[in-house]
Amino acid sequence: SVSHSQITRLYSRFTSLDKGENGTLSREDFQRIPELAINPLGDRIINAFFPEGEDQVNFRGFMRTLAHFRPIEDNEKSKDQDGPEPLNSRSNKLHFAFRLYDLDKDDKISRDELLQVLRMMVGVNISDEQLGSIADRTIQEADQDGDSAISFAEFVKV
Amino acid sequence: MFLLLPFDSLVVNLLGISITVLFTLLLVFIIVPAIFGVSFGIRKVYMKTLLKIFQWATLRIERGAKEKNHPLYKPYVNGIIAKDPTSLEEEIKEIRRSGSGKALDTPEFELSDIFYFCRKGIETIMDDEVTKRFSAEELESWNLLSRTNYNFQYISLRLTVLWGLGVLIRYCFLLPLRIALAFTGISLLVTGTTVVGYLPNGRCKEFLSKHVHLMCYRICVRALTAIITYHHRENRPRNGGICVANHTSPIDVIILASDGYYAMVGQVHGGLMGVIQRAMVKACPHVWFERSEVKDRHLVAKRLTEHVQDRSKLPILIFPEGTCINNTSVMMFKKGSFEIGATVYPVAIKYDPQFGDAFWNSSKYGMVTYLLRMMSSWAIVCSVWYLPPMTRQPEEDAVQFANRVKSAIARQGGLVDLLWDGGLKREKVKDTFKEEQQKLYSKMIVGNHEDRSRS
Repeated sequence: SVSHSQITRLYSRFTSLDKGENGTLSREDFQRIPELAINPLGDRIINAFFPEGEDQVNFRGFMRTLAHFRPIEDNEKSKDQDGPEPLNSRSNKLHFAFRLYDLDKDDKISRDELLQVLRMMVGVNISDEQLGSIADRTIQEADQDGDSAISFAEFVKV
Repeated sequence: MFLLLPFDSLVVNLLGISITVLFTLLLVFIIVPAIFGVSFGIRKVYMKTLLKIFQWATLRIERGAKEKNHPLYKPYVNGIIAKDPTSLEEEIKEIRRSGSGKALDTPEFELSDIFYFCRKGIETIMDDEVTKRFSAEELESWNLLSRTNYNFQYISLRLTVLWGLGVLIRYCFLLPLRIALAFTGISLLVTGTTVVGYLPNGRCKEFLSKHVHLMCYRICVRALTAIITYHHRENRPRNGGICVANHTSPIDVIILASDGYYAMVGQVHGGLMGVIQRAMVKACPHVWFERSEVKDRHLVAKRLTEHVQDRSKLPILIFPEGTCINNTSVMMFKKGSFEIGATVYPVAIKYDPQFGDAFWNSSKYGMVTYLLRMMSSWAIVCSVWYLPPMTRQPEEDAVQFANRVKSAIARQGGLVDLLWDGGLKREKVKDTFKEEQQKLYSKMIVGNHEDRSRS
């Protein structure tokens, strides 16, 4: 649950990003943040805010997505990722990351999806063959049920 | 006989007398000191009184909020997220360490690496360093202006009365006074410089020109009720040098020019600004560029170099950020002025936003609206620090020199030193930055070619 003051701050952040002042954010509003625009996975992260097939996100959706990553305030900063935290929230963070890989939402990360994300993260600095072998090795190491793809359970174990 | 006089003639007489008295007071207390550069100290007293009132108002608001049990909106000045500055490598190593605990020396790819980019991305969505510099700074305590009121609640009768009184004073007394002063200042500047322009070149002309400029800028300073504190005046810019400062608003020019005699650099405007520019250049050699010339960087650099090499010419005033930033940070300095090779005199300007926020948000307000807002605030309070002169060392290039000057200014003014370009206010960020990130990450998972011994 998010506290009242956090909601107020997030709302003021939402309104400051909403240049069109129509109560919703579009993809361009997110891309206007320079530090997000230079993040190699920026576009994927932005997509995670928008529900299926829509181009606008309202404050409720904005907050719901961000609530997975509750703002780390000073008194919470000392908590470790494995510390006494509700299992719920760690699992949510993992789910968010899994969905960044799994584009077609079939609950499996295939070799192609893995390659796509890898390509986004490394740009032009690594050749196709090298990237392919990295992807193959990763799947080999993580895959336990032999289907040449990584399911959520296997992802969590890594 | 007296009673037979028509009533309105009496009113007219009274009006006439009060206007005369007002103008005499104006002359004596404001314009004459401006001409000679002395001050009665009225503005400082005004500032102290205002501070006491603000403190009382803040206590009242906090007390009212506690009584009604309403949580107060307090702007988080340092950002929503507490984070330490670390590098891409360190953070990814940290994630891998807390995950599987495998050997970290060999470069390889881990599925968990995605967490780094994920978290960084979400953090910047919640709060980033750049976009917040292009809107006015949020105040910690209310200063009785409705434009800065975030709590939007009726707290007490006394506070509302005080606010109403403030509105009355600001709009009915201070605003007309300031507009009158501004008119006086500008018209004196235009006529004064035109007159001086007819004199033959020589010591007399320079002397008069300097004093006409200074006098008019001082009147304009009083027109804004600007209370300026100058520090380290012994470091003031000298002839043949370049003065650089951080840019918050067009008022910066007035503040600096009322304490020193500078040659200005800028684009030729139309309208009133154009009239002022043309008059000023008759009395003293300012550097005005046509719109088309501005695009040509070499031309600009050439003219500035010529100006600077002539030792008798005045120091040039330049704002290398290129755009107005909200005075909480200093953004990238454009390297053009640092390539010329002259001595650089850095100046740091820091405004106190409690009395009136001087930042010009040019996408929100036009120039006239902005000036009206300035003139209807309480006052513009700022500190100006003249820093010791700097020159380019042989082993540094223009960009490094610019960054060195920028850090010195940021440190002195208590501002955040950012590497981001102020042009991001209007433009998108360049792709080269993303490519840098990608390169760094590639190194992490692949390493150098010599390390690669896998089959």
